[in-house]
Amino acid sequence: MDRTPRLVQGNQAIAAAAIYAGARFFAGYPITPSSEIAEECSKKLPKVGGMYMQMEDEIASVGAMVGAALTGSKAFTATSGPGFSLMQENIGMATIGEVPCVIINVQRSGPSTGLATKPSQSDLMQIKWGRHGDQAIIALAPASVAECFALTVKAFNLAEKFRTPVILAADEIVAHMRENFIEPLPGELEVIDRKKPSGPPAQYRPFEPSEDMVSPLAAYGSEYVFHITSSMCGPEGYSNNDPANATWKIKQLHEKIAMHRDEIVETKTFDADEAQLDILLIAFGGTTRVARAAALKLRQEGVKAGVLQLVTVWPFADLEVLKYGSKAKTVVIPEMNYSGQIADEVKRVLGPAADIRRVNKYNGEVITPQDILQVVKQSN
Amino acid sequence: MSFITGRKFINQEALPHMWCQGCGNGTVLSALARTFEQLKYTNEDTVVVTGIGCWGKADDYLTTNALHVTHGRALPFATGIKAAKPELHVVALMGDGDGTTIGGNHFIHSARRNIDITAIIVNNLNYGMTGGQFSATTPHDAITATTAFGNPERPFDVCALAEAAGANYVARTTIYNGRLLRSSIKDALTKKGFSLVEVISPCPTQFGRRNKINPAVEMLRSLRDKAVTKDVFDKLSAEEKDNHILIGSLVNKDAADFNTRYEEIRSKALQK
Ligand SMILES: Cc1ncc(C[n+]2csc(CCOP(=O)(O)OP(=O)(O)O)c2C)c(N)n1
Ligand code: SF4
Repeated sequence: MDRTPRLVQGNQAIAAAAIYAGARFFAGYPITPSSEIAEECSKKLPKVGGMYMQMEDEIASVGAMVGAALTGSKAFTATSGPGFSLMQENIGMATIGEVPCVIINVQRSGPSTGLATKPSQSDLMQIKWGRHGDQAIIALAPASVAECFALTVKAFNLAEKFRTPVILAADEIVAHMRENFIEPLPGELEVIDRKKPSGPPAQYRPFEPSEDMVSPLAAYGSEYVFHITSSMCGPEGYSNNDPANATWKIKQLHEKIAMHRDEIVETKTFDADEAQLDILLIAFGGTTRVARAAALKLRQEGVKAGVLQLVTVWPFADLEVLKYGSKAKTVVIPEMNYSGQIADEVKRVLGPAADIRRVNKYNGEVITPQDILQVVKQSN
Repeated sequence: MSFITGRKFINQEALPHMWCQGCGNGTVLSALARTFEQLKYTNEDTVVVTGIGCWGKADDYLTTNALHVTHGRALPFATGIKAAKPELHVVALMGDGDGTTIGGNHFIHSARRNIDITAIIVNNLNYGMTGGQFSATTPHDAITATTAFGNPERPFDVCALAEAAGANYVARTTIYNGRLLRSSIKDALTKKGFSLVEVISPCPTQFGRRNKINPAVEMLRSLRDKAVTKDVFDKLSAEEKDNHILIGSLVNKDAADFNTRYEEIRSKALQK
């Protein structure tokens, strides 16, 4: 295998990583800035016995992905902005049906067509709450081409392990960035497959309560016959409107994510290990790189600045934000949205007394280190 | 030969079913279960995908693998199943609202793709489950919960739509024409490629009541009188055609289905 680094684009790395993780089914509908993922899949999947399906819209794309996933396949889709909005209803179906699958959302500007194709980080709350009904979701945000690869593999692993849709919250910056990259060898990264049933087929129930809150999932066409529904259902997978059952099911859907948070939540820190910090930058996705550049500049000027990168966006890294945030005099959160979707979460964790400053850009232009430094230096 | 009842495919525990007296859904379900048995399908090799609606509840009463999805989206989910595992028998059960109104786009594209799915659309001319509002198949001028003064819109010809979009098999029947119902379902299931059986069915509770075709037997009688085969239908005037239902097998061809075509793509990709 060729071990020389190649210039690889973020979207290409995502497609390659999906195949590395064992994905063999892609259903999607093209939209910039995610289209390269579809194009790569259309070329690569048929060569490995997989399938690329271009559906009539994003609603159908999620439907086909979930259908394929229930035949035992690892399946995924990729989209942006308007397409992600269209996907919401069927992502809810994957959540209640506990169907492992991965949705790549290369975030772009909005609302609606907005600054079509321009970068943005404004879907964080939509990723968390975009579907009707209260539900927990997992979302990861890559900050480099290498992370596009690693986190796509991780997204499949978490989806398989916890029987849930996982969203890769990429952004146009990382998706279209090209960096030197060497694809990991097979076996180098862990690849996890879903738990399969092993007991007598007649006793199989697709939502059997279990200690880790994740029950084995059979595949259509195996000896295990099963029923999955978008309705509230009991352990056997048939609709069940009993309030006690609904109480159990909704709690289980949330708890299975909450109880495994340590396996799911990943953060990285850069220069943030001193007992006290002047400035902590909390960043995610493409803007992490900008935050790191700003922190380096501040260090050169003698300011004790560090960066906390939220690799996992949802569930939110409360513990890590508290740990690093409470030792900093000032916390600065650069994000490419108007309302400070992540800054509000940080505020929830650190409390109203914390000095939290926001750097928001929402005009299609990337946040620069200068934008951050300007906010840091106000009244400092 | 023992008598085929289809009983082994009916989930006895879920009975009695939720459908109203005089509703056509039970007749279609029983025809489907009998055909599964006749064709020696098994619970393991069959997946029934349903959308949302009264007919969309049918999966609750079947013993096969099943997937009950969102309103209008049965065909995309079914497409993913069939595309990823072509050896499965995949059946999509949809109402007229589900399959041809909110799901109209998926309907034409599934037919165009010619994916090997059997779609059974029970067309009761309105949205039964939500209280009898009009759908894309409600006749012009009909009274529904949202067309109190008559329907200003025109209905789809569901079979013509499937034919134009490229389906390999298209048939229309009514629940009154039991034998045709069973033979159409059998032909549709055994046909490779996209197949549609449109079953005109009474919804006495919603549509019948509002349009004064009540009680349920009256609706059945009206289906009996209106349903004609192509030879009779073709001789009717345009006005008479509007008041009749063309039944029988309308399309029966053997264009390559999606999975066959995709296999060709795989071999081409491997050569590159
Ligand atoms: C996205 C969405 N919109 C609306 C509904 C409400 N709804 C449920 S069933 C239905 C119509 C059912 O009519 P049809 O498909 O003809 O089936 P029938 O009940 O007549 O068998 C509607 C509008 C829904 N469940 N989901
Ligand atoms: S409302 Fe109509 S379609 Fe629904 S069960 Fe009753 S008769 Fe059947």
